[in-house]
Amino acid sequence: MRFIPALVLAGAALLSWAGVASAQEVVESLRGNNPITATSRTDNMFRPEKDQDLIPRNFQKQPPLIPHSIKGYNITQNFNKCMDCHSKERAEETGATKVAKSHYLDREDKKLTNISPRRYFCLQCHVPQFDAKPLVENTYKPAAKKGE
Amino acid sequence: MMSLQKFMPAWVKRVGLFTVVALFLAGVIFWGGFNWALEATNKEEFCISCHEMKDNVFKEYQNTIHYTNRTGVRATCPDCHVPKEWGPKMIRKIQASNEVWHKLLGSVDTPEKFNAKRHELAQHEWDRMKKNDSQECRNCHRYDYMDYTEQGNRAAKMHPKAFEEGKTCIDCHKGIAHQLPQIDQHIGKQNEGALEISHGDKTEAKVEEKK
Repeated sequence: MRFIPALVLAGAALLSWAGVASAQEVVESLRGNNPITATSRTDNMFRPEKDQDLIPRNFQKQPPLIPHSIKGYNITQNFNKCMDCHSKERAEETGATKVAKSHYLDREDKKLTNISPRRYFCLQCHVPQFDAKPLVENTYKPAAKKGE
Repeated sequence: MMSLQKFMPAWVKRVGLFTVVALFLAGVIFWGGFNWALEATNKEEFCISCHEMKDNVFKEYQNTIHYTNRTGVRATCPDCHVPKEWGPKMIRKIQASNEVWHKLLGSVDTPEKFNAKRHELAQHEWDRMKKNDSQECRNCHRYDYMDYTEQGNRAAKMHPKAFEEGKTCIDCHKGIAHQLPQIDQHIGKQNEGALEISHGDKTEAKVEEKK
């Protein structure tokens, strides 16, 4: 047990050295050291996943994930491409998931005839899927549903 | 010359061989020149030589699949906006003289003016495409050549259904190369009362034909 203080000392020395080293480390941007005029590397680009069936929710009231590519689908002041299929007027014909009733409520829970403008930017909650694998393991489990 | 004259028809003898050859050459030059002018006004550089096109619709088109894609095949302005067949091409070219007139008037010479007219301009193209069954799309995208198994789930489901209903490309594929005008989509007060986009009337005549 006599060499524990020595270990602690060695550890502290290592840590402080690491601290100095990290302080001197240059922060690298996603472009690396590429000059702004050069084309940046493209080897680590993620690709959107292929169209798939509905992705089950992970917890209650989760905004459903987008199970298809949304390449070229724009939301502009003039036109919301998502609502071209998902609006209640269009969903039956296109077979898309209908926009939820909650999207017709204003912040006082008053029902509106039109979709609430605060829901205009779909991608704020609904996200498309890419082939990016999780960086760390995820052990998330949803809380049990009522009555479970 | 005497020997040649035996083979010449009477009318050639009357006007003279030189005149006939000269007229023939003039015809070649005029027809070639006409075609050259037609081709010269059928190029992307010509279209974007007007800032109205370059700063509005051309910029929007640069972000779309018809300009930038993995295979490097590009559809330029005339591929979609000028018919390939001679007759319709002539008609379109004559109509285009109206566009030259409006260029001189400066009808859409600012982005604000362009956006104010966007709905009208878009409607003209939609009507033209609807009328010729989206001929300019089908010059490349033939639907009887489509392999549905290679298409995404949604495309493979919708395409046969739409064709069965007698729809044409432009009925669904609006705003794929340029930004859309204001469309009323029943979201808040946003664009309320604006144009309602049409997804193609279920043309009853065509449906009945199939029955």
